[in-house]
Amino acid sequence: MTQYEPVIGLEIHAELQTRSKMFCSCSADYSNAPEPNTFICPVCTGLPGAMPVLNKKAIEQATLVGLSLNCSINEFNTFARKNYFYPDLPKGYQISQYDLPIASKGWLDILDDTDSPMRVVVRRVHLEEDTAKLAHEKNYALVDFNRAGVPLLEIVSEPDMRTVEAALSYATKIRAILRYLGVNSGDMEKGILRFEANVSVRPRGSSELRTRTEIKNLNSFRALTRASAYEIERQIKVYENGGEVVQETLGWDEAHGVTISQRGKEDAHDYRYFPEPDLPPLQLDRNWINSIKNQLPELPDAKNRRFMEQYELKRREASLLTAEKSLADYFEEVVSKSKSSAKTVHSWLTGEFMRYMNDSGQTLEDITLSAAQFAQLIDMVTDKSISGNSGKVVLNEMLNAKRNCDPSQIVKEKNLAQVSDTGFIQEAIEKILSDNPREVEQFLAGKETIVQWLMGQVARATKGKADPNIAKDLLVKTLEARRK
Amino acid sequence: MTNKIDTDMVKHVANLVRLGISEEEAQTFSGQFSSIIDYFNMLNEVDTENVPPASDTTNNTNVLREDVAEPSMSRVEFLDNAPQSERGYIKVPTVLGDES
Amino acid sequence: MQLHTLTLREASEMLATKQISSVELTQATLQRAHEIDPKIQSYVTLADDVALEQAKQADERIAKGKDLTPLTGIPFAMKDAISTRGVRTTCSSKILENYVPQYNATVTQKLADAGAVLIGKTNMDEFGMGSSCENSALFKTRNPWNLERVPGGSSGGAAASMAAGLCNFSIGEDTGGSVRMPAGFCNVTGIKPTYGRVSRYGLISLVSSFDCIGPMTRDVYDCATVLETIAGHDPQDSTTFNSPVPQYNQNLNKTVKGMTIGIPKEYFVSGMDAGVENAIQQAIRTYEKLGMKIQEVSLPHTQYALPVYYLLLFAEASSNLARFDGTRFGLSASENAKDVIDIYLQTRHEGFGDEVKRRIMLGAYALSAGYYDAYYLKAQKVRTLLRRDFELALSSVDILLAPTSPTTAFKLGEKTNNPLEMYLSDIYVVATNPAGVPALALPAGFSNNMPVGMQLIGKHLDEQTLFQVGHAYQQVTDWHKQNPVIGD
Repeated sequence: MTQYEPVIGLEIHAELQTRSKMFCSCSADYSNAPEPNTFICPVCTGLPGAMPVLNKKAIEQATLVGLSLNCSINEFNTFARKNYFYPDLPKGYQISQYDLPIASKGWLDILDDTDSPMRVVVRRVHLEEDTAKLAHEKNYALVDFNRAGVPLLEIVSEPDMRTVEAALSYATKIRAILRYLGVNSGDMEKGILRFEANVSVRPRGSSELRTRTEIKNLNSFRALTRASAYEIERQIKVYENGGEVVQETLGWDEAHGVTISQRGKEDAHDYRYFPEPDLPPLQLDRNWINSIKNQLPELPDAKNRRFMEQYELKRREASLLTAEKSLADYFEEVVSKSKSSAKTVHSWLTGEFMRYMNDSGQTLEDITLSAAQFAQLIDMVTDKSISGNSGKVVLNEMLNAKRNCDPSQIVKEKNLAQVSDTGFIQEAIEKILSDNPREVEQFLAGKETIVQWLMGQVARATKGKADPNIAKDLLVKTLEARRK
Repeated sequence: MTNKIDTDMVKHVANLVRLGISEEEAQTFSGQFSSIIDYFNMLNEVDTENVPPASDTTNNTNVLREDVAEPSMSRVEFLDNAPQSERGYIKVPTVLGDES
Repeated sequence: MQLHTLTLREASEMLATKQISSVELTQATLQRAHEIDPKIQSYVTLADDVALEQAKQADERIAKGKDLTPLTGIPFAMKDAISTRGVRTTCSSKILENYVPQYNATVTQKLADAGAVLIGKTNMDEFGMGSSCENSALFKTRNPWNLERVPGGSSGGAAASMAAGLCNFSIGEDTGGSVRMPAGFCNVTGIKPTYGRVSRYGLISLVSSFDCIGPMTRDVYDCATVLETIAGHDPQDSTTFNSPVPQYNQNLNKTVKGMTIGIPKEYFVSGMDAGVENAIQQAIRTYEKLGMKIQEVSLPHTQYALPVYYLLLFAEASSNLARFDGTRFGLSASENAKDVIDIYLQTRHEGFGDEVKRRIMLGAYALSAGYYDAYYLKAQKVRTLLRRDFELALSSVDILLAPTSPTTAFKLGEKTNNPLEMYLSDIYVVATNPAGVPALALPAGFSNNMPVGMQLIGKHLDEQTLFQVGHAYQQVTDWHKQNPVIGD
């Protein structure tokens, strides 16, 4: 491995989440179709005589993505036919963009495997249509055209990544941006976002581009990293054994953890692209492009910088929040409603709150807890109305309750209010000390660590309500008094 | 530019357009293609330096549709036209090779 | 009364004044078609039931006197490349022999909305690939003027059904002369409108950037009437023009005096039959008598029109015909196919005729890696020059005049063994399609008892001038009123 350097480029396929399909008015929401072949029409099933008409929203969203990846938008861009036969491609050609894509020559800054910043060049962003879904049965296949014609964006990077970690970092960031823009859910399991990796390896220090292989249909970050890592190792072995890497398309076998050659289509790779005569070209207006630019939301990097400054967070702390726009927004809303510091809100959000989401497998969309009540709870801990531990109990109650509920109500119901009444605490301490004479002896003999154990008894006896600072003070004073 | 289209080339283009073709047909087409392509080569006489390619005579641009979803067509009729279908799907013979 | 020789305008007047009902007119047309058409074979499908139902509805409309159009109740024929919901649409191909569309082409819908009555679907060269209608995979259509001769192509059935009086008007489609050439062979008036004037939605594409649907009629007046009905912007066809459709017939009688006709000198060279040339020269003199100026013009790239046309046709057709793969509709080898590639190979081998096979293979060749620049791209560049030829020539004259073919209708079988020679019969009609300009075909006389056709070529979207000049000619000639005696 050390003698070889991997060279990785990614093609990312992202479905655009428009209401209707790319070239017809059928619903694009195919994952919610009631039955196969119900969101179909002459256009998306390739019936004779049917003609495509461009979806305006898809053009807007593609422009938005191009701009967010620092691309230049090609004011004049055209559609082309990519000709090949496959049962998921009803017309025998896919309408795509070829020599004049909607956006090109952009870049994206990421952190590589050593956490150092690096720049990946985005070669092009183009629009095309998704294919139908094919279900392979034993001796035949079944075709569902509900997905056929859904707008698909292809984002092609230069082979700029040198480690699997960098590739993952790039893919993760693209996903975050697409989600920020609201053009793609980032759902990889459903295939709404999918990857293809171009992989080659070369001797370290060399700048040549060696023969690459293309791994198709990677449907998770895990598949992306495992398949790339496997392919890098495989190619290194080929070279070590004096062989040559063959340029080919590979599939990824998730179950066995290997890439598989797919020679079936090699002979048909002459796609015979030519301009789509059914679609006039796009001539995008400067002003229109600017109006799209004005719709660009604050993107992850900018938000991260702002969070570091505005909330005095470290880079890693900020990026925990800004990876997801919804989480970042939620954070800001809690901060704005809370009297506590942003740091405190951050530790609650990335601590107990995220632990709850991870354990319960929920996403922020599933959470019903309002920012205001979350803020109220954090403030109750900050002003010592309840203890930190009680705060966690209340938070879990509120999250589980699945409804808006008043934290002070739960504190009352569960009798969790923190007590600073010294009389009440002193009473508890006296009882504990008389119940545990051995431990008192040990303290008097010089084992001061026993105080911790005794504090635990106090917390238990007071059901965690005793203000720990006051309790500790009283406990030590009472013990010291026994010395005399 | 060689004008001869041999039977291998005929078979190659037949495969590109997924057309089954016999050896005899390949022979016949090979002869016909060569004379047709030979005729097309007369375009080489034309000076097209600095001439842009035409593909559209309407000069239309930006013909766009609002993103509105409308009801789809009848699945029953669609499947009725299909040679084979099963459980609401179009059924095709087994597919070898990759997806996409 | 001879119903089968009525113009659309005459039939419409008779319907409006209730001298006849649409059902009667439709029944008479169907009856004549059942009697005569076995000799001509212009129809692939006669849609008796649909026709009578539509006629009944038309009669109700006429009775109410509401929503009447000049086409309400009028029987017409449709080229079998245009989708008709519920009525078989074959493109005269084995691969679509039993295909019944589940939707209407925009033109079909517009005609139905206007109340026209669909009599049936007419024969054509398979997918429009041919110049004689002999490439129909179903059967060959005969020329009503001489049953030994071809009707021209590819809209041969459309022209023959008109000439034989088997419909009141006919809808054809012109990719490279497919309306005008058969119109000339069969003594019919027909127009190839400006590309983008009539929606192609539902027209089974041959060459997406050339295809133009156009009417075939008894005279210019009818032609203008039908075009006005079917033309216009269609949100489902992005290549249609957004500009409004003129009321062509309002300006039909404007004088042509003082206007200029351009005669493209490249069209009058060797290879043209003497009889055809005589007829055209006579037509030119007729126009001179009408006070028009005659001026020679040049279309210098004319000789390259055929290779440009055919190269681009092959390329686009190879892609347009890819959807006929035996999986969703039409002929399918699904029973015998061992895998999905096999279904493609077998279905397309069985389903396509030789001419279709030739053209899609050559199209794949012209587009394939290594040949794209030399063939497809080169042809698109020369296409630009063809277009400029027309723009330049039409900048100094109002219209151009030329024959529709170098000969009159040839004999069946005469050219079937030589594809290249067959291609050459389109020499006068193909250039307009790559250029997109409109052209109107008119009967211009006879040579050895066979019709001679001429065409007027106009500026972009200027069908109005074509109709005006064509109409002026038909006011002083009666070639278009001649009807064939159908022999045995």
